[in-house]
Amino acid sequence: MKKFDKDRLLLGLAGPVLALVVAFLLTSVVLLLSGLSAIEPYELMFQQLEFTDIQVLIINQTGIYYLAALAVAVGFRMNLFNIGVDGQYRLAVMLAAVVGAAVDLPGPLHILLIVLVAMFVGAMWAGIAGVLKTTRGVSEVVSTIMLNAIATSLIAWMILPANLGQQPPGSNQLNTGEIPESGWFPGLQLDGGEIYGFTFVAFALGIVYWFTLNRTRFGFDLRATGASQSAAQASGVDAKRMVLTAMLISGAVAGLAGMPMLLGQTHTYSLSFPVGVGFVGITIALLGRNNPVGIFFASLLVAFLDKTAEGLDLAGYPKEIAQIMQGLIVIAVVVSYELVRQYGLRRQQQKVGEELAAQARKNKEVAAA
Amino acid sequence: MELRGITKRFPGVVANHDIDITVHRGTVHALVGENGAGKSTLMKILYGMQKPDEGTITIDGDQVTFSSPSDAIARGIGMVHQHFMLADNLTVLENVVLGGEKLHGIGAAARRKVMEISDSYGLNVRPDVLVEHLGVADRQRVEILKVLYRGARTLILDEPTAVLVPQEVDALFANLRELKAEGLTVIFISHKLGEVLSVADEITVIRRGTTVGTADPAGTTTKQLAELMVGSELPTPETRESTVTDVAMLTVDGLTLTVTDPDGIVREVLDSVGFTIHKGEVMGIAGVEGNGQTELIEALMGLRDPDRGVITLDGAEISHAPTRKRREGGIGYIPEDRHRHGLLLESPLWENRILGHVTEAPNSKHGMLDPKAARKDTERIVREYDVRTPGIEVTAASLSGGNQQKLIVGREMSHTPKLLIAAHPTRGVDVGAQAQIWDQIREARHEGLAVLLISADLDELIGLSDTLRVMYRGRLVADADPATITPEELGSAMTGAATGHLETPETPQHGATPENGEGR
Repeated sequence: MKKFDKDRLLLGLAGPVLALVVAFLLTSVVLLLSGLSAIEPYELMFQQLEFTDIQVLIINQTGIYYLAALAVAVGFRMNLFNIGVDGQYRLAVMLAAVVGAAVDLPGPLHILLIVLVAMFVGAMWAGIAGVLKTTRGVSEVVSTIMLNAIATSLIAWMILPANLGQQPPGSNQLNTGEIPESGWFPGLQLDGGEIYGFTFVAFALGIVYWFTLNRTRFGFDLRATGASQSAAQASGVDAKRMVLTAMLISGAVAGLAGMPMLLGQTHTYSLSFPVGVGFVGITIALLGRNNPVGIFFASLLVAFLDKTAEGLDLAGYPKEIAQIMQGLIVIAVVVSYELVRQYGLRRQQQKVGEELAAQARKNKEVAAA
Repeated sequence: MELRGITKRFPGVVANHDIDITVHRGTVHALVGENGAGKSTLMKILYGMQKPDEGTITIDGDQVTFSSPSDAIARGIGMVHQHFMLADNLTVLENVVLGGEKLHGIGAAARRKVMEISDSYGLNVRPDVLVEHLGVADRQRVEILKVLYRGARTLILDEPTAVLVPQEVDALFANLRELKAEGLTVIFISHKLGEVLSVADEITVIRRGTTVGTADPAGTTTKQLAELMVGSELPTPETRESTVTDVAMLTVDGLTLTVTDPDGIVREVLDSVGFTIHKGEVMGIAGVEGNGQTELIEALMGLRDPDRGVITLDGAEISHAPTRKRREGGIGYIPEDRHRHGLLLESPLWENRILGHVTEAPNSKHGMLDPKAARKDTERIVREYDVRTPGIEVTAASLSGGNQQKLIVGREMSHTPKLLIAAHPTRGVDVGAQAQIWDQIREARHEGLAVLLISADLDELIGLSDTLRVMYRGRLVADADPATITPEELGSAMTGAATGHLETPETPQHGATPENGEGR
């Protein structure tokens, strides 16, 4: 049995490795076509790694991406394509910031309240798509994309000083007001800067994610529904409720994606909060195969690309290389996983055939002897 | 056509060795063997999808080698696969022409050719109907037409009757005889022995990758053929000692289910269905597929919510209970389509063992899965139910159909169900596994299990059931005693020709029996 496990691990790694190699080669082609060196940008990016401040930036970014990717992965495990993680995350962080700034509670409670509000808002926003899907059959892909756009407009309107926002004196950047210090999440001070404390919560959530999916009844039902909705239904899963629950969980986790930055650095929401985190999350969940460890390394990789590419401009290389590479990774991942999956299935079928034939032969020999 | 000494090795396995077959022009030649005996590999060799390591293929005296299906097609060999390869959103004509545009174009000439073939072999295809609107039997005819359109003179049919109901099988056989009469050759792969005997001119039996003998259908019984196939004496499906008790296990009363089709028309797919199954009783439901059997099972399983009617299991009303409650309450389920409803194909066997029983021991405790116990129990099922697999970590997809089914039967039986709903429990399962599954159902019945058996295999229905009902257009229209009924009588009742209590003419009979009332 060991052999099959090793096989599975190898096959599991083959997908991402193949995808990354292809993406890397294609990016090099792009560089060569634009008349640039295909090696030097990578060298520069690796040199950046030596700076401690860059290291801290990468780790902080990894935590944010990790949460966004987990949110996407929860949906993926059930064949739900939650494209709305971005909108859920932004709406959640904004309203959580508003609530956080409005109340004054003792430390841990204050943080807990902010986090719960974020999860609740994210879940509700995703829940709209869930309800639409279960009651009206609306594809969650379409509804979540639209909800992203709606969230953008809603935030722009809510942040007006006439509504929930305010304009700090001497600045034209609207924000939601400063959260009192009791609502700040302590970080880990290093040479290169501070690592957001919530980053560790993010990684811990990876363990929760693994445990829930692989060790609980609920997780089994969720995975079964993703693997075969018809079989899951026949097994006793209420598929509609499962869709809604998975959407709510996905949204709640999406809501957390803004927490590292809000609680650890900005302490207020403004329109300069990063946009597109949810979409990067999709890339990462794909690359990490919805596996908490895989997602961690994928987050790390993408955060590395993001943060080290910033320095490329100085050396005369477009920093968009990182984005091109991310895009290519998505395409390569989808293709290579399908290839590896089919190869794996065929190979296993063949192997099972072989082993059974060997058993049968042995039986025959025994019988003959 | 002659095959001599064909041997095909895969790394580590010999799939075929020393195969010798002679197929005469203008005959229907049946190739029978258990699942996994090597029939499919042999056909792939013949169709150019795989190359033999040794041996020769001779067609009309010329020795040939095929390196791809197109070589085989060029030699007039065509294959109708078990799983149809048709584009649903194209018409019949478009499907036939697709990929063969060079032959007769795509216009009037192609249409003429299609109609000509259809008429000369009695295929009765309608060229302008969308394939998605066709039933299984019609799709199969389109597949045959496709092959003929490409000039095939020898047709290979891989398990063509697996998806057909008895009437459709007869129609297919009529088509095959038509083809034969026109001088075409048909190679027919099957493990349904009764059918093989009725249609074939010659039979070759394959066992463990090699040809073990030929049989002349005129002088062979299914039993002899089956023994040749498995290489041992077979248990007979019938053993009659009644275990029926008078304790009602499942009572269904006035069950009515309506569906609204896309045109907005409301149809009653179940119309006041009522019956009682007692402890220790197997009730068989016969019927042509599509007469409400699937819906009945789904209503019993809680996958569809009935409009009216009461379902009572062991004294508890479950008419609208969720599926999981019903399963926990003691309903075991062997689904009609194991790939869609019974298995997670890409998950390992032990996860498949959990499926459907995730809330029950040994699979979980207090909401937490117990993979260790589930694995251990899967190993027990594999051992006790003789599931042929190298281990429990392999995916369900890598097992053969018969072994998948044994796993499902083992899983459902492991929870000592009160009621087993078995839909086509031995469909697509080889003879050895079939006998085993029957044995297990019979054994459980002995211990007080109530079984609802739905099957298209009339011998199975008659052999296993204690009582029989016939379903027609959503109603239970007739009942019969399996001890006296013949498959022919049952078959005619399935078409709606007979109602009430069915009895053989010899037996004296007066009017309807009291039981009849609730079945109507």
